[in-house]
Amino acid sequence: MSVDLATVRRIAHLSRIALRDDEAPHLQQELNAILAFVEELNAIDVEGVEPMTSVIPMRLPLRADVVTDHAGADVVTHNAPGAEDHFFTVPKVVE
Amino acid sequence: MSDITKLTLADARDAVQGKKISAVELTQAHLAAMAKARALNAYIVETPEKALDMAKASDARIASGKAGPLEGLPLGIKDLYATEGVHMQACSHILDGFKPPYESTVTSQLWRDGAVMLGKLNMDEFAMGSSNETSYYGPVASPWLPANWDAAQGREALKGDKKGLLVPGGSSGGSATAVAAHLCLGATATDTGGSIRQPAAFTGTVGIKPTYGRCSRWGVAAFASSLDQAGPIARTVRDCAIMLGSMAGYDVKDSTSVDTPVPDYEAAIGASIKGKKIGIPKEYRIDGMPAEIEALWQKGIEWLRAAGAEIVDISLPYTKTALPAYYIVAPAEASSNLARYDGVRYGLRVPGKDISSMYENTRAEGFGREVRRRIMIGTYVLSAGYYDAYYVRAQKIRTLIKRDFETAYKAGIDAILTPATPSAAFGIGEKGSADPVEMYLNDVFTVTVNMAGLPGLAVPGGLSASGLPLGLQLIGRPFDEETLFSIAEVIEQSAGRIELPQAWW
Repeated sequence: MSVDLATVRRIAHLSRIALRDDEAPHLQQELNAILAFVEELNAIDVEGVEPMTSVIPMRLPLRADVVTDHAGADVVTHNAPGAEDHFFTVPKVVE
Repeated sequence: MSDITKLTLADARDAVQGKKISAVELTQAHLAAMAKARALNAYIVETPEKALDMAKASDARIASGKAGPLEGLPLGIKDLYATEGVHMQACSHILDGFKPPYESTVTSQLWRDGAVMLGKLNMDEFAMGSSNETSYYGPVASPWLPANWDAAQGREALKGDKKGLLVPGGSSGGSATAVAAHLCLGATATDTGGSIRQPAAFTGTVGIKPTYGRCSRWGVAAFASSLDQAGPIARTVRDCAIMLGSMAGYDVKDSTSVDTPVPDYEAAIGASIKGKKIGIPKEYRIDGMPAEIEALWQKGIEWLRAAGAEIVDISLPYTKTALPAYYIVAPAEASSNLARYDGVRYGLRVPGKDISSMYENTRAEGFGREVRRRIMIGTYVLSAGYYDAYYVRAQKIRTLIKRDFETAYKAGIDAILTPATPSAAFGIGEKGSADPVEMYLNDVFTVTVNMAGLPGLAVPGGLSASGLPLGLQLIGRPFDEETLFSIAEVIEQSAGRIELPQAWW
């Protein structure tokens, strides 16, 4: 399988990565090189094989549904590129 | 003592605990070595004040008879680990200015045991790379000079773009260089497809990726969560065993960490390997493998046989599927894990006309080429219509890869011996610029171990014809790191400790 330029642009958008027009052809080549490399897996018979979900067999541990981590709003918003009164700020999303 | 940075971690521990040297002296010696080695670009952040404060506290604990197992020992920390109040960016531009308000579980255990932090180490961006060339902070140079280079040539190249110098491997390239150049006694590293073992092999150091679940991943920036494991790089097998003893252990904050006691790894050093069954998998004899790698492997076999081990030819038929399957599973998990970097809660923000273009601009500028490529491959293989053909198929193949190892272990194999890498270190700028797959092939021997969740250790076996280190890999049963340490010690003793380069930088 290989991807065309329209697919490259669609993947970039799904990935939320801006793509300049002049970058697309080169990226297409690179993605196709990787897809060609994984192509050989199609020759492997996987009939009846369970997909791996956990590499070490274990039960997912559960904990009590209580607050365990409360560093405070100052700490939580401290690293934000934009914050006001303990809220993260973003460009306007509702008209 | 002439140069205390040349001590092994074990000898430094004994000297500090025996009050022959102080933690402050030891720390100062390392800080001085780091200041002289900045051109290698191993450390991206040095924390001298913190280091000296920690060392003073260590000396006080030693004086009052309360020394921990790593008391006063200076270590370097890979930039993938969260260190409270100290730079942590996974060597990416997208985490610009990020200082975590918390400490990773693994590093907090090192500090609990008395270790001293020297600084943060360079690495491939988000641990994606095999040469430490994808770092936002630029490439790391190996302390090993190319054949026929003299010190002056090396220093000249360090002033420029480092072309021609050797890569230390990756992604833990800063860790490997810092350990090999005596800029710390040991370093933390991480391994998703070979990122501990390949740089250890390239630099003549020892590295172990423990069993998946042995070390907590909490506070370590996630790349591919089902494959990532923390581990140490150090100059000897014993030093790795000592460090792993502090790094390992159950953590309620990582639901994949395993609640099983941490054995005394150091006690496994020197244990007899008589009667141990060592598997030699024929599938690791790949086309185009240099004769010197094959010769190194044979030497390893002879050393283990001479120590009383039984050598058994085995087959791991799905070996060659591991690398392509990895390049589906790892990017898929990365595309999901790295979705959190969106310019809202931390790090870089690049404005856009609306929120969507803000996300897109931030991620285009914040992520480097290799990371963008892997996120996009991951997004593609997880997208509607391709999920079953790529992702589910790769996870099924992963089951088959793991089954290969289970079959061997069920037949009585205690550990498996392979080469660690298909070649010695290559030059900076030499690989992968035209075709990303060329770089991926570096991990052909190591990636199977991550896919199966097993422990793997790289130990130096000798030098190539051009005088560069070559490593052997040992693969163990789940949670049987002790056997790997016992066998690796035999290899280290038989091969003779590699003489690391003198400072030319």
